Amino acid sequence: MTPIVSIRNLTKTYSNGFQALKGVSLDIEEGEILALLGPNGAGKTTMISIICGIVNPSGGDVTVGGYDVIRDFRETRTLIGLVPQELTTDQFETVFNTVSFSRGLHGKKANPAYVEKILRDLSLWEKRDSMLRELSGGMKRRVLIAKALSHEPRVLFLDEPTAGVDVTLRKDMWQVVERLRESGVTIILTTHYIEEAEEIADRVGVINGGRLLLVEEKAALMKKLGRKQLILDLTEPLVALPAGLAIRGLSIGAEGNTLVYDFDAEHEHEQATIATLLRQLAAENIHFKDLSTRQSSLEDIFVQLVGEDK
Amino acid sequence: MNFEAIKAIYLFEMARTRRTLLQSVVSPVISTSLYFIVFGAAIGSRIQEVDGVSYGAFITPGLIMLTLLGQCIGNGSFGIYFPKFVGTIYEILSAPVAMSEIIIGFVGAAATKGMIIGAIILATATFFVDIRIEHPLMMVLFFVLTAVSFSLFGFMIGIWAKNFEQLNLVPMLVVPPLTFLGGSFYSINMLSPFWQAVSHLNPVLYLVSGFRWSFYGIADVNPLISLGMVTLFLVVCLVILHWIFKTGYRLKS
Repeated sequence: MTPIVSIRNLTKTYSNGFQALKGVSLDIEEGEILALLGPNGAGKTTMISIICGIVNPSGGDVTVGGYDVIRDFRETRTLIGLVPQELTTDQFETVFNTVSFSRGLHGKKANPAYVEKILRDLSLWEKRDSMLRELSGGMKRRVLIAKALSHEPRVLFLDEPTAGVDVTLRKDMWQVVERLRESGVTIILTTHYIEEAEEIADRVGVINGGRLLLVEEKAALMKKLGRKQLILDLTEPLVALPAGLAIRGLSIGAEGNTLVYDFDAEHEHEQATIATLLRQLAAENIHFKDLSTRQSSLEDIFVQLVGEDK
Repeated sequence: MNFEAIKAIYLFEMARTRRTLLQSVVSPVISTSLYFIVFGAAIGSRIQEVDGVSYGAFITPGLIMLTLLGQCIGNGSFGIYFPKFVGTIYEILSAPVAMSEIIIGFVGAAATKGMIIGAIILATATFFVDIRIEHPLMMVLFFVLTAVSFSLFGFMIGIWAKNFEQLNLVPMLVVPPLTFLGGSFYSINMLSPFWQAVSHLNPVLYLVSGFRWSFYGIADVNPLISLGMVTLFLVVCLVILHWIFKTGYRLKS
């Protein structure tokens, strides 16, 4: 299957010399939800802005639906809906009018029934005649989503859609995203809430310093880079590991108060090692008062990747 | 052509005019009416006729031009500056619209609004002074060309301006001297030869002169030259705007 969005060696250097993108290549499949993670200033918004036509690229190519975003901008921009990071709205417009305006701007004939459907889906119908300045931040965010959906796009970019949005609204929003995905819309979202990416995305991309560090199926990524840890709280602190405890992945933590054993949960041999470890501890006369295990989250993986990149 | 987009931008801009009707339409009409009361009725009766036309009637074309220029520059610049200022420009930049369509939408609305106000002022003037229009077609041509050119000019200022001070700089500091010294209130034949020559450097002179000629058949400059100058100004604005959109100047980084 040909990717719906294809990015090749995309670079961007701003006029002040800041290199926001240093050669990013990425294929996005039709119908998937791709989460882009990265710290502030990583280049996420720059990348989205180039695809949408708000920022000029310095080098590289981007195609959407097989069309070049610069040469065939009419085709690509008709396919794309964009929900920007900032809550930028025309304060004095009504909800219904601003969504209808977006539809017209994208070359679609007025269709009040369709606009009504979007507004109902986003629980905005009651507010259709309200001026945007009268709405709360969360409501404005919904309006921006409604505007982005007004022209029936096939690809939707959500740039930090849940920043500053309360929990209930965030849940509602993810339901909307889920419904969109079911209707076949490809969704690319950037977020700071890693647990969100963990919950909703099919694939995860990590961007840092203008480079795409990796793109991977979420499950495969967790499997590949996710580790399990066994943590033992010791009754008495240890200065060093006794010679008899030479097991790979074992280390001293919390100033000698804990023993930490990193292991791969999928690996049978390493599972067996836990039993060995516990036996050896008894032999070495090392006692513990508590034990716990934890599985690394996407967040740990992310922090580790970005940390290694520095 | 994305006609739906042109329509959307045009109607959006016109809706803004409706929302601010008092400020947009009523205030320029009142201020121009004051000119008619002062120069047409009060002092005007004591001022000699100029080229056989009563003073109140003589200044009418200039007053219409003065308002038309100010309104078109103001509307044209504010229309594009505001989305830039609040950030909603992202939507226009990411929509499938070409530069020409954005310009037609914004500039079309700015010019329309300017012309509506100009027409209202012309109608108002008939209450105060005797107006005759000798060349109605040329009058409309000058009127439309001026409205479009200066709306384009305003649009450029709106793109160039980085803050509200810059936005107001040209309309407040440059336009009034040019219009007042461009023969709106006098014939430049009243000036010494030196100042007559200087006046010919003022683009507004050609507009006012040509426009007045379409009313009374009297002109400081040959009306064809006037027409040529307005057209030239229009072309210059289009060339600059073409460059702006090609490079993304102050719109895209």
